[in-house]
Amino acid sequence: MKALCLTIVLAPLIASMLAGLFGRVIGRSGSHWVTILGVAISFFLSLLVFKQVIFDQVSHTSIDIYQWLVVGDLSFKIGFLIDPLTVTMMLVVTFVSLMVHIYTIGYMHNDPGYQRFFSYISLFTFSMLMLVMANNFLQLFFGWEAVGLVSYLLIGFWYTRESAIFANMKAFLVNRVGDFGFLLGIGAVLAVFNTLDYESVFSQAPLINTQTFAITENIHWPVMTVICLLLFVGAMGKSAQVPLHVWLPDSMEGPTPISALIHAATMVTAGIFMVARMSPLFELSDTALNVILIIGAITAFFMGLVGIVQNDIKRVVAYSTLSQLGYMTVALGASAYSIAIFHLFTHAFFKALLFLGAGSVIVALHHEQDMRNMGGLRKYMPITYWTALIGTLALIGFPGFSGFFSKDSIIEAVYHSNLPAAEFAYWLVLAGVFVTAFYSFRLLFLVFHGESRMDAHTKEHLKESPKVITIPLILLAIPSVFAGLFIGSFVFGDYFAQSIFVAEHHQAVAELKEHYHGIGSFISHAFQGYAVYLAFAGIICAWFLYLKQPQLAESLKQKLQIPYNVLLNKYGIDELYQMLFAAGSRKIGAFCDSFGDRLLIDGLVVNGSANIVNWFSSKVRGIQTGYLYDYAFVMIIGLMILLGGLFLQ
Amino acid sequence: MDSLDINSIDSLPGLLTMLAKSLVVMPEIALLIAASTILMVSLFSGRKSDLFTYILSLATLLGMVLLILPSINKPDVVLFGEMYVNDELAKLIKLLVCVTVAVIFIYARPYLLNRSNSRPEFYILGLFATLGMLVMASAQNFITIYLGLELLSLCLYALVAYLRDSNDAAEAAIKYFVLGAIASGMLLYGMSIMYGITGTLSLSEISIYLVNVNDLNIGLIFALTFIVVGVAFKFGAVPFHMWVPDVYQGAPTAVTLFIATAPKFAAFVMAIRLLSYGMQELVADWQQMLMILAVLSLILGNIIAIAQSHIKRMLAYSTISHIGFVLLGFLSGENFGYASALFYTVIYVLMAAGAFGVLLLLNKDDDTDVDNLSELKGLGQSHPRLAFIMLLIMFSMAGMPLTVGFYAKLYVLQSLVYNDFIWLAILAVIMSIIGAFYYLRVIKLMYFDDLLQNLGTQNSLLANTVISVNGLLIVGLFIYPNYLLNYCVNVFQ
Repeated sequence: MKALCLTIVLAPLIASMLAGLFGRVIGRSGSHWVTILGVAISFFLSLLVFKQVIFDQVSHTSIDIYQWLVVGDLSFKIGFLIDPLTVTMMLVVTFVSLMVHIYTIGYMHNDPGYQRFFSYISLFTFSMLMLVMANNFLQLFFGWEAVGLVSYLLIGFWYTRESAIFANMKAFLVNRVGDFGFLLGIGAVLAVFNTLDYESVFSQAPLINTQTFAITENIHWPVMTVICLLLFVGAMGKSAQVPLHVWLPDSMEGPTPISALIHAATMVTAGIFMVARMSPLFELSDTALNVILIIGAITAFFMGLVGIVQNDIKRVVAYSTLSQLGYMTVALGASAYSIAIFHLFTHAFFKALLFLGAGSVIVALHHEQDMRNMGGLRKYMPITYWTALIGTLALIGFPGFSGFFSKDSIIEAVYHSNLPAAEFAYWLVLAGVFVTAFYSFRLLFLVFHGESRMDAHTKEHLKESPKVITIPLILLAIPSVFAGLFIGSFVFGDYFAQSIFVAEHHQAVAELKEHYHGIGSFISHAFQGYAVYLAFAGIICAWFLYLKQPQLAESLKQKLQIPYNVLLNKYGIDELYQMLFAAGSRKIGAFCDSFGDRLLIDGLVVNGSANIVNWFSSKVRGIQTGYLYDYAFVMIIGLMILLGGLFLQ
Repeated sequence: MDSLDINSIDSLPGLLTMLAKSLVVMPEIALLIAASTILMVSLFSGRKSDLFTYILSLATLLGMVLLILPSINKPDVVLFGEMYVNDELAKLIKLLVCVTVAVIFIYARPYLLNRSNSRPEFYILGLFATLGMLVMASAQNFITIYLGLELLSLCLYALVAYLRDSNDAAEAAIKYFVLGAIASGMLLYGMSIMYGITGTLSLSEISIYLVNVNDLNIGLIFALTFIVVGVAFKFGAVPFHMWVPDVYQGAPTAVTLFIATAPKFAAFVMAIRLLSYGMQELVADWQQMLMILAVLSLILGNIIAIAQSHIKRMLAYSTISHIGFVLLGFLSGENFGYASALFYTVIYVLMAAGAFGVLLLLNKDDDTDVDNLSELKGLGQSHPRLAFIMLLIMFSMAGMPLTVGFYAKLYVLQSLVYNDFIWLAILAVIMSIIGAFYYLRVIKLMYFDDLLQNLGTQNSLLANTVISVNGLLIVGLFIYPNYLLNYCVNVFQ
């Protein structure tokens, strides 16, 4: 098992190093073969581990690889925790990564940074695997930062573009805020538990539930709430929850395969995974769960709304990702961790599919991303169209498709949750269903249906994308349809029983379980709720406004100027941050520069010490004359000093 | 060798006993035979003698490693009336010395080939110096220590003057020789006083004498001071460092690489044998002296290095400051301190070998040495791989995390803190920060300045592979430091 896990992790790393360091030697095809091979090895071995854990019941093994560092009585280890939650994530990560690797051959084939790109995405796979397989907070943090680094590198992949540099800087800075909270959370865990090992932290957690941090003499904060909220700040940064969501739409400056792999399917779900992994901690703080519910619900609904007015095809999908991440977060808040992971699982497939589909369209239109210049692509690109349709149906939760099962379960779970914030969250996620259906079908209709609005030259060369692009689309479409069928064991079975802990008084999932009688009844039961009808309503509205009466959409836009502009400006949050944080910190920086740096440090410390050093070295140079007898003399003096020092005692 | 039963040696008949005993000491005997043979071969092999010598020397060192490896974790061997002891520390040092010297030969080879008068002496003198270091590693007696030390030193003096036509090299060699002679004299003087007081040359007998003696004789401290001076000179600690910058600068870079690396192991083991094994009872006294030496080395080394524009001179002062760190680990006088000092020495040698290795692999059109810092400008563009290795080494020397130099400093500081030398730890940290300036300057020159002149590289596959491994080790040992650290701790158990 140990060797197996090590191979899974190291294969992409080695491949990445080969492609990155020897890219010029092994060439373009060498680079993609070696990285695809590395990820394929990881994928198939992950399948093997999956089989061992799920079917042979060799589960919940914490394997220590080696002890990295001992400081005082703390020991930091590197190791893996292999349980159903981990193997699920491993499968998702390696499968989507493999698809994206193959797809990239087609998407990037003219790019001068071909080898670099493959090196980065393999490095990403390694980092993400380290993150999900960790058995302690330190390694989790390593993976967390490493995926952040690769994300930064890839958003700015086209580093000559000004907008890409801006976007990766923004992603980096916003994630810093989240990571700062996360690091504080890990620090708090270390302070309270005196260990970073998952197992010992989780087993001690119930014992210290009543402890508090004394902030001042009279203010005491419960330890668990502080830890959970801080950790969740980390999750907010990585999983782009309001108000730390601003980096994700801009991250679309990166190449499309990256948007699919990192900014939709895997990295952004790291926060969701982390909270689910920490369920034994989060279950002890109702305050934290309420906060999670509220943040998630706000993200789910309001980010979906912004998606309606976007014209850039990738941005629509990006806002949809934000909204779906909000759904997952809501599920976490309702203590329905298994449902959150289930939605993560289905979402990974259909959202990667949608992004890659969008990429296929973008390639066909010679890197045109504005949907106003598309339309009618259905007949030119049938495979892309049908797979995109499947992805869209899965996304809106059309009965029978994978997203339907996961999203419907989330809504039901929130309905059954007894936390105070649950009702607020329930109405928002329900309304979100309509919004999702509306923007998704708006995209589908604008791109694939109606009249073609591109220029004549582009239209002439329009054709279906090559096989390296369409095959991943088809392979991703399959789980997008069928992944929902696992709901029985995933959510309602005891699949996650060893990995996820749910307190007895959080009975949302338990109640759902009582009402669950197989897939057929789940579907028919859905027709008694509102969600399905809202989704249908969304489709019809989109059809009416964008296919039937396109001029109506225009006139609506004119009439609803104010809300339209609010949405178009993304509620002005970006501008607010620019003004408040960016400009503010630059002012502080300018002050520190003029006062601290130039006056104090440069003027007094650096120049001062440089003068001292100069004076000092000129004196010492005097001794280092180059004459032998001077050297010998210094030795004698040294001897005298040593002797004198001893006799003076 | 590994099937040899140590206890049965004495029961074997006369000649066989001799043979068996010499088998146990075989690393040194084998090396002596091999080095003498290579000397003969090189004399009679005509134009190709240089290549033959090189290959045979590498083969010899490889053979030495294969000879030493099986003896690890076997019982200690004590021979010749305790003059010679082959314990775990000796074996580790021997292993490190042989590997280091082999790496030195590999780095030096292309450089020496380019200097028109490439001659096989470099390797032969190197092998004899190695023999001296091996003798020092196992020496448990003033006589054997001095024997090994002189064998090493004489070879080094000759090596510094290796390029006969170079005035700088000759000047450096004569300075090194005279100062070395003075230091040797002081060491001998200390040893003879010690002999006069204790009546023995054996370190283990001296330590027994010191345990039993009640009031400490003033002569003992006198002797100790002279011995410490001898050790300090070998390390190059301030104020016995005057030879270091001049020799580093004057000697051909290949020889500088030699002087900067392997002999530090020998100096370390000599210090351990003399001060810890022999005079542990006087720890309070030598601790004070080492403290003075360490503090002066840290301050002077780091501050003067800032003012240098010559790479080798800068690295010389950097060496002095690293020696300060080694002495800091050493002076706590207990096992973890020794282990941290040994760990630091190993890491220092790894870094120094890499730094000089990069310089050796860079090549100017006119075959003069790359010796001005400004010549490194823009190296990041012209030679990304070598520049990256240099970057790792500089970060590591500065003690940045993600490189093993961080651990080296951390463990020394830990040993200081455990032994309540808090102020020394603080001073060491402050000096490291000052030192970071000139390490980072090298990185700035390589990556942020424009290319000034195009340097060539040596196209030796072996040397290029080894230097890449050398660079990777600096990161690799950060990820996995435990094996080496535990090893260093274990040799002092």
